[in-house]
Amino acid sequence: MIPIRDNLATSNTVTGTQAASPPRPSRCGPARSLYAQGEPMIWLIGGGLAVALLMIVGLLALVVYQGIATFWPVPVVRLETANGVVMGEVTRGEYFVPHTTTASPAEAEGAAAAAADQSTAVYRRLVRTGNFELTGTHFHWVAENVVRQESRPPWALTIERLQWGRFYGEPVKFLLDGREVASDAAAAWALFEEHFPTVADRRDRRRRLESRDIGHVNAEREAARLRVRTAELRHGAGSPEHQRELAREAQVLEQTDQQFARIRGEIQQLNADNERYKLVLLTAQGNEVVMPLDQIVRAYPANRLSFSDKLGIYFSRWWEYISDEPREANSEGGVFPAIFGTMLMTILMSLAVVPFGVLAALYLREYARAGPIVSAVRIAINNLAGVPSIVFGVFGLGFFSYTVGAYIDGGARNIQITPWPRSAWLAALGLTVAAAVAGPAIWFTLLRSVRQRAGVGRYLGLLVGLWVLAVVGLLLLLVSHNPYFDGLFQAKLPAPTFGTGGLIWASLTLALLTLPVVIVATEEALAAVPSSMREGAYACGASKWQTIRRIVMPRAMPGIMTGMILAMARGAGEVAPLMLVGAVKLAPELPGRIDRIPPYVHIESSFMHLGFHIYDLGFQSQNSEAAKPMVFTTTLLLIGLIIVLNMGAMLIRARLRRAFLGAQF
Amino acid sequence: MTYATVHEPPPRPAAGPQTQPPLPGTGNRDNQGLSAMQIIQSGQAFQTDTHPEVACERHVLSIDDFNLFYGKTQALYSINMKVAAGKVTSLIGPSGCGKSTLLRSVNRLNDLIDGVRITGNMYLNGDPIYASNVDVIELRKRMGMVFQKSNPFPMSVFENVVFALRIDGESRRSVLEEVAERSLRAAALWDEVKDRLHSSALSLSGGQQQRLCIARAIAAEPEILLMDEPCSALDPIATGRIEELIHGLRGNYTVLIVTHNMQQAARVSDYTAFMYLGRLIEYGPTNSVFLNPHRRETEAYVTGRFG
Repeated sequence: MIPIRDNLATSNTVTGTQAASPPRPSRCGPARSLYAQGEPMIWLIGGGLAVALLMIVGLLALVVYQGIATFWPVPVVRLETANGVVMGEVTRGEYFVPHTTTASPAEAEGAAAAAADQSTAVYRRLVRTGNFELTGTHFHWVAENVVRQESRPPWALTIERLQWGRFYGEPVKFLLDGREVASDAAAAWALFEEHFPTVADRRDRRRRLESRDIGHVNAEREAARLRVRTAELRHGAGSPEHQRELAREAQVLEQTDQQFARIRGEIQQLNADNERYKLVLLTAQGNEVVMPLDQIVRAYPANRLSFSDKLGIYFSRWWEYISDEPREANSEGGVFPAIFGTMLMTILMSLAVVPFGVLAALYLREYARAGPIVSAVRIAINNLAGVPSIVFGVFGLGFFSYTVGAYIDGGARNIQITPWPRSAWLAALGLTVAAAVAGPAIWFTLLRSVRQRAGVGRYLGLLVGLWVLAVVGLLLLLVSHNPYFDGLFQAKLPAPTFGTGGLIWASLTLALLTLPVVIVATEEALAAVPSSMREGAYACGASKWQTIRRIVMPRAMPGIMTGMILAMARGAGEVAPLMLVGAVKLAPELPGRIDRIPPYVHIESSFMHLGFHIYDLGFQSQNSEAAKPMVFTTTLLLIGLIIVLNMGAMLIRARLRRAFLGAQF
Repeated sequence: MTYATVHEPPPRPAAGPQTQPPLPGTGNRDNQGLSAMQIIQSGQAFQTDTHPEVACERHVLSIDDFNLFYGKTQALYSINMKVAAGKVTSLIGPSGCGKSTLLRSVNRLNDLIDGVRITGNMYLNGDPIYASNVDVIELRKRMGMVFQKSNPFPMSVFENVVFALRIDGESRRSVLEEVAERSLRAAALWDEVKDRLHSSALSLSGGQQQRLCIARAIAAEPEILLMDEPCSALDPIATGRIEELIHGLRGNYTVLIVTHNMQQAARVSDYTAFMYLGRLIEYGPTNSVFLNPHRRETEAYVTGRFG
């Protein structure tokens, strides 16, 4: 029978214990128990994560929103104001207070003074009116209170041109060979659409002739001139080789003159063919402008487009953006050279940094004995990660460009070092060779047996380090005071080839910048390889290097790839060092091209870079209002490029992980 | 090479085919009748009690007055031991007695640890292991080792087995395939993996991985096979299969196995060495050590009174 519990006393008696013990006092109050359970911390941590995610998403959303909308074709409005007529695309609007805003010559709202109340905010719109050669400005501010009439003319054309930016006007006539063959907008537009593709083709061909073919011819003449100069330097003026080269140059000049004439003739013919077609346009102010068709890059009647037309223009503008060259000081046209330069530079940088970083990390982790020197090296690497990137740019400029580059160009004299006399230099060479050979010789004969004894190890390490320092120092002295080397590009001096910023120096500078990232990531990856695996390899009779090569490195490869991904992401986005070592606003040609002028593969040429392009658009542009949306578009493109690079590397890493860590190949 | 002092056999009770364990106190034939603990604590050198049957075999490995120091601490004290050829010898003893350290010293894996110092020497078929002109890599190729936790390399099964040959420079396909099949058969793994030789070794089960490690260790026909508690991470069925395997390796291979499972030592080995506190206490045929131990400490350990 189960007794019913009435009170504590009886229940205790039933269970057989002695007198009822009082309930235990609780040891913590309600507030402390809440903290102990961790709820506030969880909220805090979750909140922090949410804020971080919001910021990232917000940034991406802003960039995408602003960048995506740039190329969408916008209708053209015609505004009649008290001061005249304004026609163009509305880009943005804002509220402003008339008196407190400084009036710039571009603002056509002087009638704001007519506003009754001086202190209310008035809405004004920024209209892109183009026609720079006629009005002297690309944009106009129009305040709402001065607009008398607003309309959307059906035949208003938005025209993108080769020069002078955009043009807005209505077509009135079409001229063929000087004769008027269409007298109204619709007919003129129809004729335009008929003839424009062929005119554009001819124009593109002419531009290719101008840039590529004439460029080749010029390159040949330049090569001939350099050969003459090289012969002169090497063998002296008036020597038989010099005379021979002069004769050759004369021949080349003759041939190239003929080629020039031919190409010019072709260009003239193309121009003449294109000159026949002209479109006459009426601007909002009433001017009639005769526009040759080959000046036009793209034209469309902005207010007559269907949705699919707009989509077509949108995608064609995107295609132009990523495949074409820039125009109008980078505010129009495409960024293909910048994309190419960024990708090439990132790839070269990765090729430079990964082997060095991995080797350095291998040595630090596997071979170096713990001690003060290794600690100092580790501290130095970690500090290297904290150096401002522009300092790397200064270093790259000073060391790579002005020292190493100048040496490559003109030898020791070009960097203000007097080379040693030949006999002294040869003696030093002998000394260096002797030292270099003596080290291993001593190692293999005397020191190897001593190595086994405990305690001697760190002195041996010191000796090896000293030997390496001595040999490297001697080599540096030898190279810098070399009397036999006069530079590879002496003929081009004083114009520098390698002695100025270029693609290769920029890649090496950024490789230095991202080196700590790779070293740290590789060290972590190597440390993560379990020692049981290494011991298994040793037990099978593998030497240290065999273990590293066959077991440790493959297993650490995913971690090394992580380091490479981080390095690429960091390097592709750095702009400050590039400004000093080779990125330019407008590069004459693509970097890395191959032709017949030494150094044949042009890794020393200056290049364009997307990050630098963004800076240039945002801060150095003449037409800042037109360049602003391009900033966002270029940012979007740069982010997209880095994502693509990272995705590729992550895919490779995932496959490696599956192969080496998991159970499948 | 010095031989350990040979003791007279302990007094046995007369008659009876069954040997009985010696009465307490009668099995210790120490100097001054002290126990091992007393000798150790008094700081004197401890003489191993080696059964005379050991001396009659041909010896592959000879450990000669071997001491090992981790920095200032001494871990192994004056070990004298000879491992018989073609037989399975087990090292037993409580945790921390130094058996794994001794095993790792045989193929010089302790060289990888900083601060390890040794005195004395070991001889593999007459060649010294610890000498200043010894090439450690070549030495390790003459031995095979299997670890407690199986450690297959992140490669295919085939590549794992022939690893020792590949690093020796052997690249002829026919030789490698023949060696792989022979080793996998000897390790009782061939039937299970012959269809997937080129799949990743990490896809095998725990017991299979350990047998793969054994196959890898015997692929190069080592003069001695070292096993450091190979079954401690496996379930009983896998353990049983590996014990069968070890039994099958007898005659062709010399095996030195460390185990803290006494029953396993009793099942598997021909000779047993009992270690305690870094010293080799007793060493002899398994039957003798388990059923008729000379020393009281050995008897206490094998009957489970401590450890």
